[in-house]
Amino acid sequence: MAWTREQMAARAAMELKDGFYVNLGIGIPTLVANFIPKGIDVRLQSENGMLGMGPFPYEGEEDADLINAGKQTITELPTTSYFSSADSFAMIRGGHIDLSILGAMQIASNGDLANWMIPGHMVKGMGGAMDLVAGVKRVVVVMEHQAKGQPKLLSECTLPLTGQRVADLVITDLGVFEIQKRGPVRMTLTGLATGVTVDEIKAKTGTNFDIDLERQAAVA
Amino acid sequence: MDKVRASTIEALAGLLHDDMTIMAGGFGLCGIPEALIEAVRLSGVRNLTVISNNAGVDGIGLGTLLETRQIRKMISSYVGENKLFAQQFLSGELELEFNPQGTLAERIRAGGAGIPAFFTKTGYGTLIAEGKPVQEFDGEHYIMERGLVADIALVHAYMGDDEGNLVYRKTARNFNPVMATAAKVTVAEVEHLVTAGEIEPDRIHTSGIFVSGIVHAPVPVKHIEQRTTRKRDVALEGAI
Repeated sequence: MAWTREQMAARAAMELKDGFYVNLGIGIPTLVANFIPKGIDVRLQSENGMLGMGPFPYEGEEDADLINAGKQTITELPTTSYFSSADSFAMIRGGHIDLSILGAMQIASNGDLANWMIPGHMVKGMGGAMDLVAGVKRVVVVMEHQAKGQPKLLSECTLPLTGQRVADLVITDLGVFEIQKRGPVRMTLTGLATGVTVDEIKAKTGTNFDIDLERQAAVA
Repeated sequence: MDKVRASTIEALAGLLHDDMTIMAGGFGLCGIPEALIEAVRLSGVRNLTVISNNAGVDGIGLGTLLETRQIRKMISSYVGENKLFAQQFLSGELELEFNPQGTLAERIRAGGAGIPAFFTKTGYGTLIAEGKPVQEFDGEHYIMERGLVADIALVHAYMGDDEGNLVYRKTARNFNPVMATAAKVTVAEVEHLVTAGEIEPDRIHTSGIFVSGIVHAPVPVKHIEQRTTRKRDVALEGAI
């Protein structure tokens, strides 16, 4: 049984540490906010110019001047501050954000990440993704293990890159991989989704990897 | 100093011409200078290069200038919400230069601060680094990006005074304050126009030195792209 989107988000939430400043991408990464462990206090950054992002507003209380990077209406908290796009990316590029959780189309075993462009298709743009992967201290990728039956974890990305050797951890619906970003290429399977076998993962992965399940963290 | 203009058309009179470069503030439809964009549309100037994080949506904001084919080139980070944009780009009518959002913001900031170029890690080893000088600093690779300066910047602020001082509201601030610094001429539309001294000087986000024209443009309806809410009886702890 592969993990659901919520279980993947719950696993990603275990990467949060108390006091972290965190940027969450669109899609499954957004769900991570619903699984912040008890006793862990984090601040969510939205790259359009807000730190301390609150929940969606109650119906009728939407404010068009208060949106997140996905253009969704949100609310402020007592901890909130607002700033310009230049200040926002000074936070991101200057290494002030502790953790970025985002989606990807392909990840290579050396940490290369591709998530912005499929040649031949209409390209929407990279938004803040290239800045996030280049500047944030730790990059966690949450994605389906395969797309249309094809592996997304590869020995080399075939799609144009968002960043070179930038991913630290990959959480898929089948398992968890740690990636060594510096020095020799090394990707290690450290966790399995409930009921998933190493053989299944090997069959669905387009690259070699080491296995060290001792490091598996329990998913609540 | 006489910076207050009676209308958006008057505010842009004599400032617009074909082939010019325009910066337009906003993120999605949040904080866009919608009334000034409408005045650009009515002026009929063509062959524009527009620097803006997004390209509006169909029928709103910069989307209206795509409809009239007044834009030749966009410099943006994300253009996903606009069907007409895709159509014109794929047919070759519209040129597009993608910049990573932080690179775009910093290029504008640099342009406004008189910095012609800077180095950043963002995009190293990707398509956007092609043709750009690479330099190593302290063992890391950086690419060189150029500062951006426009002929005119159009910005939206919540409040402004007749001195040109501006205050933005919540996430409608976004690219507006940096763009205000990075053009030969900056025109601001404001939801509330007051006289100098009415805004607490410590609360001013953009100093009047950057603004040469200001126009009162009340916004009857602000657009929301993704209306997301929660039910009152459901306490979604920590949710966004």
